[in-house]
Amino acid sequence: MTVRSPAPGTPVVYKDPERQALARGRARRNGLVGMGSLVAFVLVVGWLVVSTPGWPVVQETFFSPEQFAESFPQLLEAFWLNVRIFLVAEPLILVISLAIALVRTMRAPIFLPLRVMATVFVDVFRGVPTILVIFLLGFGVPALRLQGVPNSPVFWGTVALILSYSAYVAEVFRAGIGSVHPSQRMASRSLGLSTFQTNRYVVLPQAVRNVVPPLLNDFISLQKDTALVSVLGPIEILRQAQIDASSTFNYTPYVAAACIFLALTIPMTRFADWVQGRMARRQRAGGVA
Amino acid sequence: MTGDPLLTVAGVWKSFDEHSVLRGLDLQVGRHQAVVLIGASGSGKSTLLRCINALETVDAGTIVLDGTLDVTDPRADLDAVRRRIGIVFQSYNLFPHMTVLDNVTLAPRKVAGLTAARAAQEARDLLDRFGLAAKADEYPDRLSGGQSQRVAIVRALAMQPELMLFDEITSALDPLLVGEVLDAVRDLKAGGLTIVMATHEMGFAREVADQVCFLHDGVVLEHGPPDRIFNAPAEPATQEFLARVPA
Repeated sequence: MTVRSPAPGTPVVYKDPERQALARGRARRNGLVGMGSLVAFVLVVGWLVVSTPGWPVVQETFFSPEQFAESFPQLLEAFWLNVRIFLVAEPLILVISLAIALVRTMRAPIFLPLRVMATVFVDVFRGVPTILVIFLLGFGVPALRLQGVPNSPVFWGTVALILSYSAYVAEVFRAGIGSVHPSQRMASRSLGLSTFQTNRYVVLPQAVRNVVPPLLNDFISLQKDTALVSVLGPIEILRQAQIDASSTFNYTPYVAAACIFLALTIPMTRFADWVQGRMARRQRAGGVA
Repeated sequence: MTGDPLLTVAGVWKSFDEHSVLRGLDLQVGRHQAVVLIGASGSGKSTLLRCINALETVDAGTIVLDGTLDVTDPRADLDAVRRRIGIVFQSYNLFPHMTVLDNVTLAPRKVAGLTAARAAQEARDLLDRFGLAAKADEYPDRLSGGQSQRVAIVRALAMQPELMLFDEITSALDPLLVGEVLDAVRDLKAGGLTIVMATHEMGFAREVADQVCFLHDGVVLEHGPPDRIFNAPAEPATQEFLARVPA
C-alpha cells in the first residue's frame, strides 16, 4: 500500500526553486542549532561528572578499558543464554497470551470455567513481581522432586518469565480486540461468517495490527528481564558480570553488560518506533465508523 | 402484491433499556419488490432492518422469510439466515485490512465454499458491473465514500442473497457521491432483486419504490404506492413528516 501524505516531520518539497531554497536553508539551520545544543549539553554534563571529587575512583572501578576488554568475551558468551531464553519465551508468550485473550472475550456460558481460569491466571501473574515468580518456581518446583520434570533453573526461570509475560501480553491482545469497532463484527456476521470465522478473518488481524507497537515494547522489556533468571544461579550475562566484578573488585563488567543489552534493545526500540510511525500514517481506513 | 410474500414481519416488538423502538410492527415484502422505509430518525427503520437480518433479537412477533424460515426462532440457523439476506450499512463497514477483492470474496470462500479462483472471478465480474474493476486490488482507505459504499453493496451481493437490506446507505456520503450509489440500487432493482431500503432520499423513494412505508412510533403507520404516499398521505403524522423533509 502506498502512503498518501508525507510523514509528519519530513521536509515539504516546493516546486518553486526560491521557496525550495528558503525551506532548505531553514532546515539546515534547524539541524545545526539542534546539533549544537546537543553537543553543548553533552559537554556540560560530561564536565560536571568528570569534575566530581569521586570521579577518578569511579572511572577506575566502572570504566576501566582493560577490565572491559578482559570481561567482554565471557559476557558475550554468557549473553547467548539470555538470547536463547528470549527466543524460546517469546513465541510461547505470543501463543499463550493470544489464547488467554480469546478465552476472555468468549461470552458463551459453556466457556465460563475457561474464562474464570484465564481471569485468575492474569490476575495472579500480573499481580506478582516477576522476580518472585522466578524464585517460587525456580526453587519450589525442583523441591517437589517430581519425576520426569526438568529441575534446571534455566528451565523454570524461563517458565516463570513466560507465565508472567503471558499475563501482560494477554491484556495487550485483549485491548487490541476491544479496539476493533463492533461494526466490523456486525458486518462480518451479516455476511454469514460464524463467530469463529469472524474472529479469525476480521477481528484478530485488525486487533494484532493495532497492538504491534505495545507488543514490541513488551518484548524489549522481556529481553532485559531475562537477566532476572540470574537469581536462580545459571550463568547468564548478569551472573557472569557479578562473578567478574567480585573476583576483580571492579564494576566495569556491569557497564559492559549494560552495553551488550543496549546493543540489542536500542535497534529493537528504533524498529518499534518505525512500526508505530508507519501505523499512525495508516490509521484512517475502512469507512466512517 | 402478487403471490406469497418473500418476507412477512408480524407484530414485532423490540425495546432497548425500557425504550420501545418497535411496537408491534407489521410488514410484507413481495418478491422482486422494492420497499422503501421512510420516517424520522429514531422511528425504528434501522432497528427493523437489523432484526430482519437477525443482528438484533426481537422481544415478540415473527419475521418469516420465504414462508418457512422464522428468523426470530431461537433455533434458527442464523448464519443460514444471513446467507440469504444481505445488508449494507450507512458506514460501509469494509474490512480495512483486506483489499477490495478480499472484502468481496471472503464470505463466498469461507461461507459458501467457493474456490478462491471462482470467488475471485465472480467478484471481478460484479465489481466490473458496478464500475469498480480498477479498484479490485486497492485497500478501502484508498476509496471515496461512494466507491466504498458500492464495494459494500458488491460484497453483500456476492453471497447472492434473495433479499437485500439497505440501511441509509447514502446518509454518510458527500451529496455529489449519492448519485453513483443510488444508480447501483436502481440497477439491482431492475435486475429483480427484492429490496428493503431505509432512506431519507425522498426523490429516490418515489422513483424506485413499489411500496413506501412510513414508520412512526415503532409501527408502519401508513403504506402504499409512492404516488399515493407522497401526493395524498392520509395520516397527519405522514403529512407533517413529508412537509418537513426536502423532496
